[in-house]
Amino acid sequence: MSETQSNYNYKVVRQFAVMTVIWGIVGMAMGVFIAAQLVWPDLTYGIEWLSYGRLRPLHTNAVIFAFGGCALFATSYWCVQRTCHARLFCGPLAAFTFWGWQVVILLAAITLPMGMTSGKEYAELEWPIDLLITAVWVSYAVVFFGTIAKRTVSHIYVANWFFGGFILAVALLHVVNSCEIPVSLFKSYSCYAGAQDAMVQWWYGHNAVGFFLTAGFLGMMYYFVPKQAGRPVYSYRLSVVHFWALIFTYMWAGPHHLHYTALPDWTQSVGMLFSLILLAPSWGGMINGIMTLQGAWHKLRDDPILKFLITSLSFYGMSTFEGPMMAIKTVNALSHYTDWTVGHVHSGALGWVAMVSIGSIYYLLPRLFGKPEMHSVKLITVHFWVATIGVVLYIASMWIAGVMQGLMWRAVNPDGTLTYSFVEAVKGSYPFWTIRFVGGLLFLSGMLIMAYNMFKTMAGGKTEDAPVLAPAGHHA
Amino acid sequence: MESLYLLIPLSVVLVFLIGVAFWWSVRSGQFDDMEGPAYRILMDDDRPRNEPAAPQQKTPSAATVDD
Repeated sequence: MSETQSNYNYKVVRQFAVMTVIWGIVGMAMGVFIAAQLVWPDLTYGIEWLSYGRLRPLHTNAVIFAFGGCALFATSYWCVQRTCHARLFCGPLAAFTFWGWQVVILLAAITLPMGMTSGKEYAELEWPIDLLITAVWVSYAVVFFGTIAKRTVSHIYVANWFFGGFILAVALLHVVNSCEIPVSLFKSYSCYAGAQDAMVQWWYGHNAVGFFLTAGFLGMMYYFVPKQAGRPVYSYRLSVVHFWALIFTYMWAGPHHLHYTALPDWTQSVGMLFSLILLAPSWGGMINGIMTLQGAWHKLRDDPILKFLITSLSFYGMSTFEGPMMAIKTVNALSHYTDWTVGHVHSGALGWVAMVSIGSIYYLLPRLFGKPEMHSVKLITVHFWVATIGVVLYIASMWIAGVMQGLMWRAVNPDGTLTYSFVEAVKGSYPFWTIRFVGGLLFLSGMLIMAYNMFKTMAGGKTEDAPVLAPAGHHA
Repeated sequence: MESLYLLIPLSVVLVFLIGVAFWWSVRSGQFDDMEGPAYRILMDDDRPRNEPAAPQQKTPSAATVDD
């Protein structure tokens, strides 16, 4: 394989794209497994390594950082090369980001079931792994911004702004939140304590959602939706406004995770206010993406990849409406700690993040393996419907379960005693947990269909790097 | 809430830095053309080379970046 500067570096994109599908299956299988544990609590006979408390962080890490992370690496490396008309900066460093990231994931899969955790949500990994993450992430930034620096066009396409913002923000979040004091090789304690720690944790936690799961995937959306639709984005100006509005306001929304806690009241109110403000740029972006199809809606009928991408935007719109609503204190009083939150997260994670990634990876795979299209377009359609039904079952069951739990917990008798004991709410949730399990199982089956389709597409494919094209008709 | 003494200055500094990035991008003409870039990504043919449908497949001169 040629390593010259006149070729794009497809190898690292190919590696990340394939691993996206593999880790997607692993992470979602883990999710289905712990969903089953809620329905059948004795499923693993009390084996500690398989307990819910240890596998749940493994599930979240696997889907967010392994599946979502690989998807972001693959798409950002593709997008930055193709839109900058330059080969990826520093090939060996790009290779390090791939292998380093895989090692991080493997270490997570070993340490979390063993019970080694720093106990911070979405940042459970212990300090040696945190250091490796930092090294990989800094390399990622060098490769990405190095490619931007050596671009042969003056304009930086909007998707690259989103990817760049996501890379820098995640670096900052990771370093501040993972500030910890090691006591042994496998145990460390946070630099912060009590309510301070909670505040730093949710400043991190919400921005992980905002930058890792939103900004990065919006970059994906702004490149792959126009490419797959064969039409320019509805309003390029709006996409630029979208980027800056999101970047300026996202950092402040974290306290909405800590309503009615020891956090000062005013901090909670600021968090709520900024969460409500976020509705505007989010919906601007959602409308911008969907309207890209203006005048070409017919393409939606027989292009399953476009179906994935546009449906993901609908879910993005839904969850970015639901999120600010849930950040309102009075609504949060009902929704907090219930399954409604779980439903909301999965509306974003399955509906938005997973679907936009799946669509983008379907776009990439044939191009990476020298094929005109995926092995079976029909199977993509099947995948789409299986996944969509799965998400809808998941979200609807969690809404019902969540509101029911919230209402049961707060119900009081005329004499002031609680109407229901906690376990009655648990009992009432069983049917919905079963439906959720089925929904998750459907989504997972979709990923298995994708894997089959992927390996069939890869078979006999040519893995050569495409030449760097001269930018078309650009000025300055 | 001592952690706010860290987080609020950090966020303010960040907003300032984002402001600088915004200022640079406006000054350097990144946003002078708000139409062309959207079309330009579509003019980038990324189909595999050995696909018969692609017309400009055997032009290695197009592969060299010449500006």
